[in-house]
Amino acid sequence: MTGRWLRERLVLVLGILVLLYTFVPIAVVVLMSFNAPASRNVYRFDAFTLDNWLNPCTDPSMCDAVRRSVEIGLLATVVATILGTLAAFALVRHDFVGRSATNLLIFLPMAAPEIVMGSSLLALFVAAGFSGQLGFWTILIAHIMFCLSFVVVTVRARLAGMDDTLEQAAMDLYATPAQTFWRVTFPLVFPGILGAALLSFSLSFDDFIITNLNAGTTTTFPMYVWGVAQRGVPMQVNVIGTLMFAISIAIVLGSELNNRRRSKALA
Amino acid sequence: MSETVRKRGRLGYLLLFPALAWLGLFFVVPLYSLVATSLFDPAGSDFRGYTMSWAWGNYSDALHEYWQPLLRSIVYGGIATALCLVLGYVLAYAIAFKAGRWKNVMLVLVIAPFFTSFLIRTLSWKLILADDGVIVNSLQFLHVLGSDGRLLATPVAVIAGLTYNFLPFMVLPLYASLDKIDHRLIEASGDLYAHPAIGFFKVTWPLSLPGVVSGTLLTFIPAAGDFINVQLLGSPNQRMVGSVIQSLFTDANNYPAAASLSMILMVLIVAMVVVYVRRAGTEDLL
Repeated sequence: MTGRWLRERLVLVLGILVLLYTFVPIAVVVLMSFNAPASRNVYRFDAFTLDNWLNPCTDPSMCDAVRRSVEIGLLATVVATILGTLAAFALVRHDFVGRSATNLLIFLPMAAPEIVMGSSLLALFVAAGFSGQLGFWTILIAHIMFCLSFVVVTVRARLAGMDDTLEQAAMDLYATPAQTFWRVTFPLVFPGILGAALLSFSLSFDDFIITNLNAGTTTTFPMYVWGVAQRGVPMQVNVIGTLMFAISIAIVLGSELNNRRRSKALA
Repeated sequence: MSETVRKRGRLGYLLLFPALAWLGLFFVVPLYSLVATSLFDPAGSDFRGYTMSWAWGNYSDALHEYWQPLLRSIVYGGIATALCLVLGYVLAYAIAFKAGRWKNVMLVLVIAPFFTSFLIRTLSWKLILADDGVIVNSLQFLHVLGSDGRLLATPVAVIAGLTYNFLPFMVLPLYASLDKIDHRLIEASGDLYAHPAIGFFKVTWPLSLPGVVSGTLLTFIPAAGDFINVQLLGSPNQRMVGSVIQSLFTDANNYPAAASLSMILMVLIVAMVVVYVRRAGTEDLL
């Protein structure tokens, strides 16, 4: 009896085990955010404390790095989302010469190894005489570059899966093209654009390999973590890690709830 | 659904131009600079400047000096990809076929852990695999490891880290192609008295191949180029090609050598991808 029950659910049980395994390090991050370390060199749980949460900026350079990462992430997200959305509209709605070359150009940055992209950008900046000016702006340029393709792909998927009967109905009812676009098309595509923006921000905020090569002396949050990993990690790093996890879960759950409410309202 | 009519005219080009210009300027042109840098005279430096000397010798020097990290990257990346395929297939299969109305929740849970910073996640593996940690102690108790055996600073820790960090790149494409499979085909194989295992290998697995191919590529490429896992979980004995390129650029300031090694890595990966995709018979994916 139990043998059969287990056989039928074996895959599900194994799948859940794999899922649990992916959460093990997260549990450690959350736990360590409440840790009062006995010494800076030994990375293990010693005693419970709320200090890390109450004073996250004990090391001001960490909070500076977080702020810089947020700034770069927001700017990169805005630019990449706008450029990428325009391109996605062109790809789905417009006819042009060189479609397959364009698709390849958009696909390649997602497949190229980061170390190659990072080093080639550095080679360009050095060749152009910018090796002394590496910093905020070169990081931003790089982040917009690698976020772009992900935006195009995400928005394109939303647009391609969209039925255009609503837009045709709007036109039939004498809406101008501009009215049709802003009142019908844009709201329908918006979830895709929002998803692309969230993806861009998290890609930008978390990037290390490309950033590290093109940052000069500027420090982003991942670079800060890289630096302290060699000489002892302040527990506040785990506070930031926990916050990142909690905020993204909240955003995903919020949009899921919103979807459910909407589909209920439509039903 | 009616096929959307694609509009002709200038607007399409205008919409496309900014994104393509950005990618052209900051993705394609840099690749050209990388090729050029890889052929610079290795005697130059950041301060004195470089001269173009068609120094093809940079490539043989780089291969000669760094073939070990290069090979290690391919091997570690390959093993991690294989492990990801096993773990990821189980998880994707469970979500696509067994999760029922929990499908969306499980999909969110697959991505959720990876919203925490890559470096922080890897640091927590350092803690989990630590010398006096639970895992090392139990393995010592079971005599899998010697009494002074350790996991950190070994290939095991590096591969474990790579496997963990790139798992979602495997699960999502696998799920996408498993979810598309028509369940009636699998039922039909059962009705025709195929053993479930045979049904799996003759029906489910071949139909999921597009997901397997894109999942393995999306996992292998970043895993082979990664150096974060080696740096945090391994030791210089496990140095991978990414660490070498990175330190040649930022510490040694030896741009020609770093650029030629980057080029070698890229050519190697492209060649492997082409052969692999041909053999898997899924060329239309690219």
